[in-house]
Amino acid sequence: MQEQTKKVLSGFEGKPNEVIPMLQAVQNEIGYLPEEAIRDIADHIGIPESKVYGTATFYSQFYFSRRGDRSVKVCLGTACHVRGGMQVMDALEREMGIKAGENTPDYKFSLERVNCVGSCALAPVVMVDDDVFGRLVPKQAKEVLEKSDPKV
Amino acid sequence: MIQKFDVIEKEALENLEKEQKSDIPQIYVGCATCGNATGAQSVVQTITDKLEKENIKAEIKEVGCIGMCFAEVLLDVIKPGQPRISYHGVTPETAEEIVDSYLVKDDHRPDLALGYFGEGGPADVERIDTGDVFKNQQRVILKNCGIIDPENINEYIAHGGYKGLAEALEMKQEDIISVLKDSGLRGRGGAGFPAGRKWESCLKPQADQKYVICNADEGDPGAFMDRSVLEGDPHSVIEGMTIAGYTIGSSKGYFYVRAEYPLAIKRLRKAIAQAKEKNLLGDDILGTGFNFDLEIFQGAGAFVCGESTALVMSIEGNRGWPKPLPRPRTTEEGLWGKPTLLNNVKTFSVVPQVLSKGADWFKSIGTEGSPGTAVFALTGKINRSGLIEVPMGIELKKIIYEIGGGILDDKKFKAVQTGGPSGGCLPEDKLHLAVDFDTLVKAGSMMGSGGMVVIDESTCMVDVARYFLDFTFEESCGQCVPCRQGTQQMLEILNDICEGRGREGDIEYLLEMGDSIIKGSICGLGQTAPNPVLSTIQYFRDEYEAHIKDHACPALVCKNLIVFHIDEEKCTACGRCRKACPVEAISGEKKVPHTIDQNKCTKCGICFQECPERFSAVVRLTGKENLAAAASGKEG
Ligand SMILES: Cc1cc2nc3c(=O)[nH]c(=O)nc-3n(C[C@H](O)[C@H](O)[C@H](O)COP(=O)(O)O)c2cc1C
Ligand code: SF4
Ligand code: SF4
Ligand code: SF4
Ligand code: FES
Ligand code: FES
Repeated sequence: MQEQTKKVLSGFEGKPNEVIPMLQAVQNEIGYLPEEAIRDIADHIGIPESKVYGTATFYSQFYFSRRGDRSVKVCLGTACHVRGGMQVMDALEREMGIKAGENTPDYKFSLERVNCVGSCALAPVVMVDDDVFGRLVPKQAKEVLEKSDPKV
Repeated sequence: MIQKFDVIEKEALENLEKEQKSDIPQIYVGCATCGNATGAQSVVQTITDKLEKENIKAEIKEVGCIGMCFAEVLLDVIKPGQPRISYHGVTPETAEEIVDSYLVKDDHRPDLALGYFGEGGPADVERIDTGDVFKNQQRVILKNCGIIDPENINEYIAHGGYKGLAEALEMKQEDIISVLKDSGLRGRGGAGFPAGRKWESCLKPQADQKYVICNADEGDPGAFMDRSVLEGDPHSVIEGMTIAGYTIGSSKGYFYVRAEYPLAIKRLRKAIAQAKEKNLLGDDILGTGFNFDLEIFQGAGAFVCGESTALVMSIEGNRGWPKPLPRPRTTEEGLWGKPTLLNNVKTFSVVPQVLSKGADWFKSIGTEGSPGTAVFALTGKINRSGLIEVPMGIELKKIIYEIGGGILDDKKFKAVQTGGPSGGCLPEDKLHLAVDFDTLVKAGSMMGSGGMVVIDESTCMVDVARYFLDFTFEESCGQCVPCRQGTQQMLEILNDICEGRGREGDIEYLLEMGDSIIKGSICGLGQTAPNPVLSTIQYFRDEYEAHIKDHACPALVCKNLIVFHIDEEKCTACGRCRKACPVEAISGEKKVPHTIDQNKCTKCGICFQECPERFSAVVRLTGKENLAAAASGKEG
């Protein structure tokens, strides 16, 4: 078992109903859910791996492959949608050269859509990790990325 | 009242007195999600540093959402003996100015102030609590949000908190249920089921264990009411759940919180710990022998888990599939097969007040069929976006034009959407309608949990319907064929219509499909999924027809149905659009009107935004003729 996973799982008794909290804890630690981690969780609870997968894949919060260092989340909640969130998404896709749900090849960024982040007054909104950018127009896509580049 | 509570209350008041030093100025900074998004934390930091460095005496407090999200960052100052003055759009720089001019000196800075609360404020700023934003509001569920420090239980107690619990613990369980039934309180999660009846059906069954669950999954993709309550007043929900536990005979409760609510979870954790410390939660609560404990379960991003049986499946560690029909009632056979009481955040949050102020007080607010208040996240194309609370029965018009300040940029109102993906859109001639559970359903929409999105002339109604259907299709758990395949087929048709492939008969087909999805689905997701489509067809059929027959999008939104074109007469050849176009589709030289190469244009809209308003040379055209002209390679 990977050290990281082991440490996280030691905080759980291993009851079947702990599977979702376990998945969340492991993903918090590693950033996604590698195959070995799923196996470790299954072993820890004593249920088949397929059962853990079945549960995990149902929920959109879980990722099964490596993700970018910073996650760019474009809000496409209702308020952001009617205030042009999709155009901002298009601009980011173009600027980053990837589609929503993908990572940049250098794994610096991942791009995804989210629903209402609670800042509708600032719609349309983009979050980069915990930083919020509001009242955006498409041409600001570049600016958002530049400001969020960990090197800058 | 229980003696032990009197002691706790007295102690809380004393502590607060000591903590707050009301003889020095109090500074409040709105630090809910949207405040933090606008930079509230750096304002707090700047002021804290400044107070310390310059040895200025004042208390600074982080509070929740007061609802004026449009005016963030909000900073309020109460000087001893003075009313509360609210400053808006505050930055670290203006925050320093406010400290210098108002705290240190006596200039209240009308140029930075939004207004003041209460009486006796300065003549050159407006009074807020009697002004347009608040005069039509009635704060019951949100009464503490933005007012108290949510991380300080003493403040909650000082504002009447935990009194409802102390009173409940001395009441017979049946009597609590009578009060709830008499109050007419209906669940705030969307459907408006009578709370008293639900609690009663959970009290009746005999069981060694029962559960109380707070539904904080808040699935509506455009809303944040429940989050604001949890962030701004977590104790009210804890108190309501504890009363529920006592009433139905349960010792264990769960919060099911939507995945992406880290601040709400942090505040809840803290509040639970504080309540336990004060013996208001945990073992032997207030010495009555009643035990009640609370646990937080984080959702993992599945809208359908807001449905009661799916939510229960999820806590048990499974996929969140609604249970098949015929299914037992959750109140009789819920979590781990035990009787389970599930209510929305706002329902639990208001219960303590219903008990301490009485059923008659609650009934005096709102309408006969829907007593009390409604909380809305008012958003979209509106001047004052924010969190509002109004008495049930208020006209939609008042919410939009008085509280919300009308439509953004003086555009024309088109529709108001409530009920999220389960709800509908109402047009202008329905704005006289009263907001309550039954009236909105009759008009083809619904209350929902509290999302209210205002839509103006520049929003395409077919696109809105498609947006919601895309959401429900993605979120359908797939168990029922009508829901899974029906939403997919409807979505395909809507995509066709928006992309210029609409056909005669599509509207009728959508109506038929909608009907069969409603009839053939086993849970509320499928049963309500067609609503956004049905209501937009009901009220905005002409827009559907324009898309289908003329390939025209009247709101100029649907990309495949519009072309960007530069008006030769108006273009001054300033070159801005050319420089901004990401795909180099625009050509032109100095003094030569610019043109767009339609083969290259991706319709990103940047040139439209770039062209200065005084020229307005970039225009959007729609309809078969314009599309054909552009396609035939003519200059665009
Ligand atoms: C698909 C679906 C999603 C739902 N999402 C929520 C939700 O996010 N929050 C909520 O309180 N109720 C939601 N509900 C309603 C709940 O099933 C339930 O009726 C409600 O939580 C009961 O609380 P109340 O009686 O206090 O309204 C949803 C229902 C369905 C069918
Ligand atoms: S109606 Fe839809 S979401 Fe509900 S159980 Fe059926 S398939 Fe799942
Ligand atoms: S809409 Fe976008 S791609 Fe088309 S011309 Fe304008 S800026 Fe260029
Ligand atoms: S921005 Fe407007 S005025 Fe300037 S070149 Fe482009 S179309 Fe002409
Ligand atoms: S819809 Fe985007 S922040 Fe609310
Ligand atoms: S979140 Fe700041 S006022 Fe609403």
